[in-house]
Amino acid sequence: MVKLLPFEEPIVQLKTKIEELKEYTINADVDMSVEIVNLEARLEKLEQEIYENMEPWDRVQVARHPSRPTTRDYIQLLCTEFIELHGDRLYGDDAAIIGGIALFEGKPITIIGHQRGVDTKENIKRNFGMPHPEGYRKALRLMKQAEKFNRPIICMIDTKGAYPGKAAEERGQSEAIARNLVEMAGLKVPVISVVIGEGGSGGALALGVANHIHMLENSTYSVISPEGAASILWKDASLAKQAAEAMKITAPDLKKMEIIDTVITEVHGGAHKNIEAQAMYLKETLITSLKELENLTPEELIENRYVKFKNIGEFKE
Amino acid sequence: MSIKDIFRKNQKKKYATIPTEKAKNDVPEGIMMKCPECRKNVFTKNLMKNLKVCPTCDHHMKMTAWERVEIFLDGNSFVSMDDHLETVNPLNFPSYTEKIKADAKKTGLNEAVLTGIGKLDGQQVAIAIMDSHFRMGSMGSVVGEKITRAIEKATDLKIPFIIFTASGGARMQEGVLSLMQMAKTSVALRRHSDHGQLYISILTHPTTGGVSASFASVGDINIAEPKALIGFAGRRVIEQTVREKLPEDFQTAEFLLNHGQLDAIIHRKEMREKVASIVHLHMAKEVTKW
Repeated sequence: MVKLLPFEEPIVQLKTKIEELKEYTINADVDMSVEIVNLEARLEKLEQEIYENMEPWDRVQVARHPSRPTTRDYIQLLCTEFIELHGDRLYGDDAAIIGGIALFEGKPITIIGHQRGVDTKENIKRNFGMPHPEGYRKALRLMKQAEKFNRPIICMIDTKGAYPGKAAEERGQSEAIARNLVEMAGLKVPVISVVIGEGGSGGALALGVANHIHMLENSTYSVISPEGAASILWKDASLAKQAAEAMKITAPDLKKMEIIDTVITEVHGGAHKNIEAQAMYLKETLITSLKELENLTPEELIENRYVKFKNIGEFKE
Repeated sequence: MSIKDIFRKNQKKKYATIPTEKAKNDVPEGIMMKCPECRKNVFTKNLMKNLKVCPTCDHHMKMTAWERVEIFLDGNSFVSMDDHLETVNPLNFPSYTEKIKADAKKTGLNEAVLTGIGKLDGQQVAIAIMDSHFRMGSMGSVVGEKITRAIEKATDLKIPFIIFTASGGARMQEGVLSLMQMAKTSVALRRHSDHGQLYISILTHPTTGGVSASFASVGDINIAEPKALIGFAGRRVIEQTVREKLPEDFQTAEFLLNHGQLDAIIHRKEMREKVASIVHLHMAKEVTKW
C-alpha cells in the first residue's frame, strides 16, 4: 500500500467511513445508498480542497514520497529503445545518476537524471540519489556526446544534493559541479531540465543550466533543505515546516519568481497516485519545449541560456 | 533589600567580572594583533607591512577587499564598479536588511564583493575581490550580479578577469535566487572563455559551498593561498555523514593540490609578481612564430 501523508488524513477518514457504510449496506440489509452518494460527493469536494490548497510543507512531503516516480520510471514511460550508458571514463560509474540515448516521439534524445532507489537495498547502491563527482562527469560526458550528434538533452533533477563525503571532496565535488555549470552554458543543442522531485542545491543545479526549466507541481528547488535552513537560521531543525514556507522552494514559488518556465500539473495527491497519467503531462510539456527550441541556431541556444540566467536575481539599481 | 542597604558601606560585591575567553585574547584595538594560529602578538603596523602574514608562523590572515587592492594592483590604478547596487530582501527574512546595512557600514562596501578595473604590473585587468567580513562573503543576488558584470566588462574590453574568492557559499536569506547566481556567473564565464579570454581564480580562506562549486573552481588557472580552507561540504557535515576521522589537512589548499584540484599554491608575498607574469604570458600581442 502506498504511504499516506499527514495532510491526507481527512480524506482517509472519510474514505474509511464510506467503506464502512457500504459494508453495512451489504451485511445489515439497510439501504444507505443516499448517504453513500452524499458522502462520496463530499469526498470529491474534500479531495479537491485539500489537493488544490497544498501547503509548501505538504509539497515537500509529496516530493519525498517513497513511491514518487523516478527518472527511470519516466524514461520507461516516455521513451523507447533506451540504452543506458555508464561511466565517466575517469574514475567510475556513479549509480546516483543514470543516462543514455533513447527515442522520444520517435526521435533520438539524450536523457540524464538523478536516480534514487525504490528500496533500501537499491538506495544504498544509488547512494540515495546523491551523486559523487563521477556522476556529474558522466552526465557531462553524455551531454558532450549529445552535442556531437546533435541530439537534444533532457535532464531530470531529483536529488537531496551532491554527496557530502570524504571521497567526493578528494575527487573534486566542487569542480565537477562547477564544470557542468560552465559547460552546459555552452552546449550547442537544446537543453531542457525538469525537476521531478527534490531539487537540492548545487547538486541539482549541476543538471540545471538549461534553455527551459520545468518543475512538477509538487517538486521543490532550493539552496538548502528546509531542515538545513531551519538549523542554520533558527538553530532548530524541527522548524523545517516554517522554513519550507519562508524559503520559497515550491514550483509555484519559483514560477512567481520567474526562475522556471512551467509548472507541470500533477495528478491529484501527487505523481505517485497515477504514474502513467503523470508521464503524459510531462510528455506534453517536453514536446512543447522541444518544438520551441528546435528552431533556434546553436548560437541562439547559447544566447538564450545566457539571457535566461543573467536575468535571475533581485536587487535595487 | 531595604533602602538602608544601598547606602551601607563596605558591602560585599555580589558579582565579579570574569573576563571571557574571548576578551582574554583581545588586545587593544589597533595597536597590536594576535595571530589566530600561533597566538603571538604582532604590531599591527608591522603586520600590514608583512601583508597580514604572521611573521612568526607564516599564517595568512584574512584581508579586506580594499587591503587586497592595495597589495595586489598598481598604485592608484583601481576604479571600482557597481557600488550603487543595493541588496533587497526578496524572501522578507527578519532583520536581513539590517544585517546588510550593518556590514556595509562596517566594511565600507555595498556587498560582499568589490569589483572594478585596475592595472597589474601595467596590464589592465578586471578584478573581483570577495570580502569575508561582509556576511561571511556569502553570495546573494548583488554579489552574483557584480561578479557577472565584472566578467562581462573583461570580455568586452578583451582583458583578463581575476577573482579573489573568500566565501561561505550561497546566501541562505535569498533562497534559490542565491543558488541561481552560481549559474549566472557560469554563463558569463563561458562567454568570456569562448572569446578566448583569460580567467584566473585565486582561492583564499575560506572558499566553500556554492562559490567553491561554481566560479572559484573553473579558472583557466586555479591558485590558492597557503593553508586556505577550500571545499564543497562543511567538515562537520562530512564527519556526521561518513563517521570517520578526517585527515588533519582535509580541505586545505595543500590537500587540494595533492588531489590535483589546483595549479599552484602561491605565498601572498609572491602573488602579485607571479599572477602578473601569468597575465603577461597570455598577453603577447603578436602571435609568436617559431
